[in-house]
Amino acid sequence: MLTYTIRRLVLSIPTLLFISIVIFLLLQLAPGDPMAQVPLTVPPEVKQKMREALGLGAPIHVQYWKWLVQFFWVEPQVLIDHWFGTAFAEGKLRVISWQTRSPVMDIVIQRMPQTLWVVGMSYIVGILIALPIGIYSAYRQYSLFDQAGTFISMIGFSIPPFFSGVLVIVIFSVNLGWFPSIYDTTHVVNDWDSFVVQLKQMIMPVMVLALQTTAQISRFMRASMLDNLNQDYVRTARAKGLKESVVVMVHVLRNSMIPIITVIALGIPAIFGGAIITETLFKVNGIGQLLLTALFANDLPMVMTLTFIFAILIVVFNLIADVLYGVLDPRIRYD
Amino acid sequence: MTDQNAELETFGALKDKEPQKEPRSQWKDVWDQFSKHKGALIGGGFLLFITLFVLIGPLIWQVDPKALDIRNKDLRPVYTLLWDGEAKTLWSRPFGTDNLGRDIMATLIAGGQASLAVGWAAMVLSLLIGTTVGVTAGYFKRLDGILMRITDLFLSLPILPLLLVAVTLFRQPLRAAFGPEGGMFILIVGVIGITSWMPTARIVRGEILALKEREFVLAARSIGTTPFLIIRRHLLPNVISPIMVSATLGLATAIITESALSFLGVGFPSDFPTWGKLLSDAVPRMEEFPERVMLPGILISLTVLSVNYLGDGLRDALDPRIRGR
Repeated sequence: MLTYTIRRLVLSIPTLLFISIVIFLLLQLAPGDPMAQVPLTVPPEVKQKMREALGLGAPIHVQYWKWLVQFFWVEPQVLIDHWFGTAFAEGKLRVISWQTRSPVMDIVIQRMPQTLWVVGMSYIVGILIALPIGIYSAYRQYSLFDQAGTFISMIGFSIPPFFSGVLVIVIFSVNLGWFPSIYDTTHVVNDWDSFVVQLKQMIMPVMVLALQTTAQISRFMRASMLDNLNQDYVRTARAKGLKESVVVMVHVLRNSMIPIITVIALGIPAIFGGAIITETLFKVNGIGQLLLTALFANDLPMVMTLTFIFAILIVVFNLIADVLYGVLDPRIRYD
Repeated sequence: MTDQNAELETFGALKDKEPQKEPRSQWKDVWDQFSKHKGALIGGGFLLFITLFVLIGPLIWQVDPKALDIRNKDLRPVYTLLWDGEAKTLWSRPFGTDNLGRDIMATLIAGGQASLAVGWAAMVLSLLIGTTVGVTAGYFKRLDGILMRITDLFLSLPILPLLLVAVTLFRQPLRAAFGPEGGMFILIVGVIGITSWMPTARIVRGEILALKEREFVLAARSIGTTPFLIIRRHLLPNVISPIMVSATLGLATAIITESALSFLGVGFPSDFPTWGKLLSDAVPRMEEFPERVMLPGILISLTVLSVNYLGDGLRDALDPRIRGR
């Protein structure tokens, strides 16, 4: 197991490097000019100097190497400085956003809590709703509940978030006036009333995202439970005279959870990636919204760093899911 | 005499009591199983209806979706008369008009044409890439490793951000080369196709790996059939069912992705309606005119829902282990 993990870790380094090259080359083709906003009165030679100051004059491989150094060497040093008060990164150039002229990682860290709150919460809520639905639909296969569950998850698959989001805004904030349609990120929770306000503004984006998670995971849970319910060990457990609740909730559930946990792990990178559409719709200024605005503003270092962080998360959680699968299921042997 | 009777009786026991059934083809079995799935039948029917609606619709509803009619702008659909007798409506504009007086019925039809065309084209492209990669990786052992590594690599790319990046980056050159609408069509179909072939490739590779060890492939090879012919004649017909199932999934995701891109404002040019674009254009004024959001949204959702049910039914019908139960 350990050798497998180490091998996968080593293999993920070239994968990530290759992904970063792909993203970098893609961005190099960008037709946009970061100097487009500079007034026309600025003379061309000054513009050229500004361009060089942004590191644009150098050849592509030099630019790529500089980005690599900044991302993998300077940024971790900044983090260590921040934690331990040392001065490793003193005077070194960090990845700078062209939009705000401030370090990209600082902005990412500012935006992270909003995304984690809304998208992370929706993931947890979605899982908590999905698991009981999946278990019960499998236990009573083809019952009315199962049919309804299938229909609801089909709807969850079919209604895109930009429609379900608009739909709940029309119903709950325009017609009924229950919840605000805009998520206020400056809101501070310090007493019961402000907590209620926070809850109210979170309900709609969380539910819109949770519908999608629920649809997916309840299907997986149902399929996995159905696989296990017909196994011989279930008959043995029943024959021993165990209570039905113990048979289903202990024997079957524990075995069915093995693939589900890996599915859940595979979905986690999407949390950090933020939900671009939902965040735009409810005006949550999280990571997804940051990426969208950076794209429209031609802020290449920001786009590059954000997409690469997403890629790292996907690769890491793929690895975690595979390793977890091996740890949880003793029948799986990688070596 | 007695011998003959005994002989007849033995043969009688072997004889069928009822007349022989006509031989059944595989596709008749598939259809029988498929038609048992109510949801799939309704889904397939609705997909057919919506396709006919956008194809034949313009011939029946001959209103130009781009014609401006400022005098009759912001009309409500006729059904609002049911609860609001004073609503501004016009019977010649059954779904009302938008803020520039364009007929909503006509824009919905035109938008549907664009959305469905993108969906079908992107699905076909991703199937072509996915099947080619899957078959090549499954059949040629030497290419298996590298092709599957590439598939894994594509699977670990963050798709939606990359789609956005690609569309914003390549918009200008392609528009210059193929015109604003043609260029956007090629771009969107291309990026959706290139980023969604991986599941098909994996499934097809798995099936091919199992199939190519079977005796009929060995027999074909032993009489000197070339690899290309083996693939075309013996392997592809056997993997048609997983390909068809992933085709339905691909169509659904392609329609949703195109709408999402349009919704985020990186899709087709502003005077070219698609369902996602109509929806996103209507969002700022959805309090006064909710129907402009609801109609395209409902059309997208119903189309995708019907495609999903169709896929569900196909999966059951094409799987011989489930069929006949």
